[in-house]
Amino acid sequence: MPVVRYGGCASELRENESVLDALIRSGAPVSYSCKAGSCGSCMMRAVTGGVPAQSQAGLKDSWKARGYFLPCICHPEEDLTVAAVDADTQVPARIDSIEPLSADVLRVRVACESEFAFRSGQYVTLVRPDGLARSYSIASLPREGFLEFHIRCLPNGRMSEWIRQRARPGEMVRILGPSGDCFYVEGNPRQPLLLAGTGTGLAPLYGIARDALQSGHTGPVHLIHGAVRTEGLYLQHELEALAAAHPNLHYSASLLETDGPIDKVILQRYPDVGNWRAYLCGDPAIVQSLKKKLFLQGMDLRNIHADAFLPAA
Amino acid sequence: MHIMATPTITSLYEQLGGQAAVEAAVDRFYRKVLADDRISRFFEGVDMDKQRAKQKAFLTMAFGGPHNYTGKDMRQGHAHLLKMGLNDSHVDAVIELLGETLRDLGVKEDLIQQVAAIAESTRNDVLSR
Repeated sequence: MPVVRYGGCASELRENESVLDALIRSGAPVSYSCKAGSCGSCMMRAVTGGVPAQSQAGLKDSWKARGYFLPCICHPEEDLTVAAVDADTQVPARIDSIEPLSADVLRVRVACESEFAFRSGQYVTLVRPDGLARSYSIASLPREGFLEFHIRCLPNGRMSEWIRQRARPGEMVRILGPSGDCFYVEGNPRQPLLLAGTGTGLAPLYGIARDALQSGHTGPVHLIHGAVRTEGLYLQHELEALAAAHPNLHYSASLLETDGPIDKVILQRYPDVGNWRAYLCGDPAIVQSLKKKLFLQGMDLRNIHADAFLPAA
Repeated sequence: MHIMATPTITSLYEQLGGQAAVEAAVDRFYRKVLADDRISRFFEGVDMDKQRAKQKAFLTMAFGGPHNYTGKDMRQGHAHLLKMGLNDSHVDAVIELLGETLRDLGVKEDLIQQVAAIAESTRNDVLSR
C-alpha cells in the first residue's frame, strides 16, 4: 500500500483508508470536518506524488495546479509527501538590478541561488539580511531566470527606502514562498480573462498576462491598470507593444480623476462576465469590492483570483 | 404473480445529488445571501473563499450529508454575530434563501422541506439559546 509522509511521520495506508484517516491515525495535527470531500476543511498540498483527480473535485484550478487536494477522499496509487497548504520554502538570492519604472515605482530583479519554483503572479516574502521582510508579487516568468518585483517607494517605507537608497546589485537577500493562487492555469484557452489592478497591482497582472499569452491563450485578455492620475501609470510602452504583438490582449488605463472608481468602470464596460475568469490585485478595498461585485454579476467564485496588497511601514 | 423491486432507502443527501448538489448550490446560495439587505451586513469584510467553504460545510449538513458540526461549533461560530444583532429574523431569512436556491435548481418541495427542517434544527445553537 502507498505510504503517506507528512512532517517527520510516515504511515502506510491500510485497505480502503483515506489519506486523512491515515494522518489522523498517525497522530498528525490535521483539521477536518465532513470527511466526505465537501467542506474543504482538511485541504492539503501534495509535494511529491500524484493524487487522483477525484480528490481535487470542486477545487479552484489554481489550487489543483499547486497540488492542493482533499485528503479525506484521497486514495492514492503511489506514495505521497503532503504539506499544510501554507508551508513555505526559503532560498538565498541576490539582487540583480534596480531601475525606476516611474517617479515612485522601482523594478527590482532578484536571482535565486538555488532552484525556486513559482508561477507568475504569486507572491514571495523578500527578507533583508537583518530580517526585515516584505511581500511582493512576481511579475516575471519562470523561464526568465529571475524574480521581478515592482516596488513602490513609500515615505518611511523601510524596505523600499533601503532598496532605493542603499541596496546595490549583488546584495544578498532571502526569498520565502511562493504563496497565492493568483496565476494563470491552462486548460481553458478561450475563456475571457479580466486582469484588473491598481498601483503596483500591475506587477502580478503583467506576469499573468504574459504567462497566458505564452501558454497559447486565445480568448480575450483585458488588462486594466488603475491609478489616481496619469503619473500613477507605468510600463505603458511595454504593455502597448505587447498588445500590438498579441491582438487578443487589450490594455487600458482607468484613472480615478477622469474615469471615476475602477470597479464602476469595469462593471459598466464588462456587464456580462458570467463565464469569465478574473485576476484582481492591489488596493484591498478595491479588490474586495470588485470581487464581490463580479461574483454578484454571475462570475463563479472559483474563477475569481484576488490578491489584496496590504501596506506595511 | 409479480416480483416487487426491493425497496431501497435513499438518504436525503443522496436524493439531492450529494457532493455535486452542494457544489451546484453553493455559489447561487452565497450570492443570494450577499445580495439580501436583511443579512448581507453580517458578511461584510469576510474572506469570500473561506466563507464559500463554510457555506459548503453548512449546505452539506443541511442536505443531510456527513458532517462534524456540534452545537458548540454552531455557538462559537456565530457568537460574534450575536453582538452585531443576529436574531430569529436573520435565521428565517437564511432558511428562506436556502429554499429559494433549491427551488431554482428544480428540487422537489418535500425535499426542500426536509432541508429546511435540518437547518431549523440549528436555530437555537446559532442564536446561543
